[in-house]
Amino acid sequence: MISVAKRIDVSGLSAYYGAHLAIEDISMTVEPRSVTAFIGPSGCGKSTFLRTLNRMHEVVPGGRVEGKVLLDDENLYGAGVDPVTVRRTVGMVFQRPNPFPTMSIYDNVAAGLRLNGVAKRKAELDALVEKSLKGANLWNEVKDRLGKPGAGLSGGQQQRLCIARAIAVEPQVLLMDEPCSALDPISTLAVEDLIGELKERFTIVIVTHNMQQAARVSDRTAFFNLAAVGKPGKLVEIDETQRIFSNPSVQATEDYISGRFG
Amino acid sequence: MDTIDDITGAPPPAAAPPAESAPPAVTRVGDRVFLGLSRGSGITLLVIMAAIAVFLTVRAVTAISGDHGNFLTTFQWNADATPPVFGIGVLLYGTAVSSVIAMVLAVPVAIGIALFISHYAPRRIAAPLAYLVDLLAAVPSIVYGLWGALFLVPHLQGLNLWMDHYLGWTVVLKQTYQGTASRSLFSVGILLAIMVLPVITNVSREVFRQVPRAHEEAALALGATRWEVVRMAVLPFARSGIISASMLGLGRALGETMAVATVLSNSSTITSHIVDPGGGTFAQNIAVYFGEATPFGRDALIASGLVLFVITLIVNGAARLIIARRKEYTA
Ligand SMILES: Nc1ncnc2c1ncn2[C@@H]1O[C@H](COP(=O)(O)OP(=O)(O)OP(=O)(O)O)[C@@H](O)[C@H]1O
Ligand SMILES: [Mg+2]
Repeated sequence: MISVAKRIDVSGLSAYYGAHLAIEDISMTVEPRSVTAFIGPSGCGKSTFLRTLNRMHEVVPGGRVEGKVLLDDENLYGAGVDPVTVRRTVGMVFQRPNPFPTMSIYDNVAAGLRLNGVAKRKAELDALVEKSLKGANLWNEVKDRLGKPGAGLSGGQQQRLCIARAIAVEPQVLLMDEPCSALDPISTLAVEDLIGELKERFTIVIVTHNMQQAARVSDRTAFFNLAAVGKPGKLVEIDETQRIFSNPSVQATEDYISGRFG
Repeated sequence: MDTIDDITGAPPPAAAPPAESAPPAVTRVGDRVFLGLSRGSGITLLVIMAAIAVFLTVRAVTAISGDHGNFLTTFQWNADATPPVFGIGVLLYGTAVSSVIAMVLAVPVAIGIALFISHYAPRRIAAPLAYLVDLLAAVPSIVYGLWGALFLVPHLQGLNLWMDHYLGWTVVLKQTYQGTASRSLFSVGILLAIMVLPVITNVSREVFRQVPRAHEEAALALGATRWEVVRMAVLPFARSGIISASMLGLGRALGETMAVATVLSNSSTITSHIVDPGGGTFAQNIAVYFGEATPFGRDALIASGLVLFVITLIVNGAARLIIARRKEYTA
């Protein structure tokens, strides 16, 4: 299949909650067809930054963004860009699995496809649902109960269902905010394996508090920090994961990774 | 709006779970007094309710056994004549028709307003609008009645003619009556719709507000527009809440007395043309006849009131059933 993964170029990005500046002046490049991990202490703005990448930040009352996010060459915050279109291009998986509770497994996966109006005919939709569930390594577990409610699955299965739902619409980028933090180790491993497979097709950004996870799944790692509580979060450095974990160029990164933080 | 708590599933404040392992019993005087008081008032309430029920049933049975017509199917209401002939046929029909009209008109509008307040309007507009809807609930029903009779009914003339012209073929909306203004079941239905709008709106709004943010964000992140978020995440989640909100509104429409009595020209016939004048409802019938009724006539009215009570009970019971199922589902 043709890969549609895109490069993300962020420059001078700040995000506010009302008057509160949550992240300040962040610039970075996210490479296509790779996994980039965001690490950093709680409250430093990882989630906030991630949500600026698909314009989900502005759905929070008072949420406001300054700066540029280029997807290949198009500024997501350019004049006349529809946030709805952006979100169809940049998919998202949340910390807590959030399948639609009133929908069946099948309908959950098909939800995005129906929105986009991509698949008109039933057979087409069936094929795409199957492909997405296979892509999320969930097909074998649910193929006999596609009509059952998605909320009836285990937490790990629900999270993979959410991944299937997100990848069904073939986004160019997939954002994941601590996708494994509500999962047990076995489900976590399943999702991590899946991330490894998905990066062949998508640009993936993942927020995680788990250092081993960042080391295992990511190609590049970005470390965020904040000077003090109430101060805006900033990007400290971004580099090859292997380098961040062995020989980071900033002392604060090394302190954080080795647990000598604070 | 004391009913909102029920809908939103707030636990009744009185029901404290019993302690798991009872600690050595230390009884305090205050506790014992309070226990005695609350038990006493509970028993008193039960006794009063039982007394009312017995009283009403006895009177109703007296009336029905003295009825020379069929209580369920007779159209006329001549309870004070000799021999008394009366039945709830017209009332049953009129109550059902006016309530259905009220529901058909009020539910979609109420859902629309509730959605607008909870999901569309900026806070600056939402709060005053919600307040305005509350205000609508505070208007006394006799005021609605007067407004209905003096303003609404004369102004419905044009609409009635228009519907007769274009929709007359449905029979239901055909106007056979030639007068100027029609004090019909249709007018009553419109008035009732306005009166039940606040209840349905408020309860639905509360339910919409409770839709977990995570579901809405899930839809948004898939690239849903605002309306698609409502369709994918909000309405399905709120469905049972909307149903119970409507049931509450229906309960109010069924029991409305003064407004209907003021607007409807009561008659002992029924017509399938809802814009023609005439008809009756339980509550309206009681309001009209109670003043001049003989003791037996009052018993007859009590019997009809009991029927309305049973209908309301069934409606409320159904609403509660749905709410209970919803609780299980969201738990
Ligand atoms: N909805 C909100 N309204 C106001 N302020 C918020 C909101 N969400 C987050 N913030 C603030 O923005 C800052 C960054 O929060 P964010 O959730 O992005 O941190 P995080 O790095 O993702 O933390 P964690 O690792 O705990 O998830 C914090 O100071 C937080 O208090
Ligand atoms: Mg976070």
